[in-house]
Amino acid sequence: MKRIPISWITTPAILIAFLLAWHGYVTVFEVSKFILPPPMAVAESFIELIQDPAAHRHAWITLYETLVGFAIATVIGVGLGTVLGKTPWLEQALNPFIIATQVVPKVALVPLFILWFGFGPEAKIVVAAVLAFFPILTNTILGIKSVDRGHRDVMTVMNASRWQRFISLEFPSALPAILAGMEVGVVLSIIGAVVGEYLGGSTGLGHLAVAALNDYKVGAMFAVILLLTLMGFVLYVLVGLLKHLLIPWHESVQRI
Amino acid sequence: MKQDLEMSAHPAQIDLKGVAMRFATPDGLLLALQPTDLRIRKGEFLVLLGPSGCGKTTLLRMIAGLSRPSEGSILIGNEPLWEGEQRNARALSELGVVFQDAQLFPWFSIEQNIALPLKLAGVDREAQLAKARELCALVGIAGFEKAWPRQLSGGMRQRAAIARALAADPSILLMDEPFGALDAMTRDQMNLELQRIWLTKMCTVVFVTHSISEAVFLADRVLLLSPRPGRIDVTIEVDFPRPRTMQSQDDPEFQRIVRALRDRLEVKR
Repeated sequence: MKRIPISWITTPAILIAFLLAWHGYVTVFEVSKFILPPPMAVAESFIELIQDPAAHRHAWITLYETLVGFAIATVIGVGLGTVLGKTPWLEQALNPFIIATQVVPKVALVPLFILWFGFGPEAKIVVAAVLAFFPILTNTILGIKSVDRGHRDVMTVMNASRWQRFISLEFPSALPAILAGMEVGVVLSIIGAVVGEYLGGSTGLGHLAVAALNDYKVGAMFAVILLLTLMGFVLYVLVGLLKHLLIPWHESVQRI
Repeated sequence: MKQDLEMSAHPAQIDLKGVAMRFATPDGLLLALQPTDLRIRKGEFLVLLGPSGCGKTTLLRMIAGLSRPSEGSILIGNEPLWEGEQRNARALSELGVVFQDAQLFPWFSIEQNIALPLKLAGVDREAQLAKARELCALVGIAGFEKAWPRQLSGGMRQRAAIARALAADPSILLMDEPFGALDAMTRDQMNLELQRIWLTKMCTVVFVTHSISEAVFLADRVLLLSPRPGRIDVTIEVDFPRPRTMQSQDDPEFQRIVRALRDRLEVKR
């Protein structure tokens, strides 16, 4: 018989303990439901939310912005990362600017993006892409530069062309690092989309959370946050599944 | 002179003329290998033996085209290995190389690893896989074609590396301490297997090791190299009948050669 993974027991147990503590705290200290509603009220709001067709539309918009932004970040991050990883002088020349784009507080630029790209999904896609871009870029550069010297010798001896080296050696060798960057990136792109929605426009789950708060529907706001958490969780797991698909050979991928 | 006479009977397949290697170090130029002439016969099993720093790996890497000699020239068959800055593809196609670590690509299955030289040469998939299966059988890892490299033991990975080196039917096999990382028992086994494969394939082998008994067991000819500066110290022909077995090592003649080499190494210290 196969042993049950320990997380199958610990995860629900910790979750239940957390909900009980939350409920106990709210009851004992008589916290106002406008500050922190009890878990049951949040659950009710959540069920209401996922049955509401308008909420579905908002959720799809957020998902769309996240995925398009993430896709753009992946294509540009992996493409540019590959070029920079293979061209040390170019990487050195551009490095200060890459670091500058990273350390600038991008969330503070969101109003600017809204000014440039309007209140529609475009601005949020840009924010999502900008946030997800950097971890994907740096991980790609790291992966391309970390190719084993002995493996390079193997390709030299076989007289491989530059393209063959890239396809059979450099790219597969960099793929675990690229996917690690994508795991971080996908979560950041949700954050980007939601922050964009907080600050501008009238669609998306971010907007829904702000609207709920303005109406003093704190339970509904918590329900939106719960939905966003679930969405993030699913996307993270999907990237994890991508690892099983693309790098089944890697140590980090355990056999199911 | 005696060697030159021999050469007329056996065409040289690898011909080194005045090949030397200098490395720039903080203390100035280091002569890793002083100018060396060496002719390796077709079908010969040549072993480069010596302590670390004697230039044996440097010499092998130059024959493999992995580093360019500071001076001198290398001919593979009749082809120069280097044409200016470029490696000569026709010369490289004669070479298969086995490294100290198997250097299999972890993202390819065993058969994909073995077929890699054929894939790079544009051979069609069916033929690639047929050849990979044939080579798996030859090196004794049949049944592991679909496995990942990490699922195999060190000895089996090295067998796969030998199969990969043989995939494009090179006439020369270059081996850089291929069994150095294996335990003694596996190593003996691999030496027997290598002899069998070599007798089957009839290729020329240049084999680097620092084990005297391994050298004498495998070689037609042992070149003992000595360090500072790296150079060929003595050449010993081992005309022991083939196939040799583990018992051959108990033979007084075998032991005499081992002792002679060991004495020579100790004199050097």
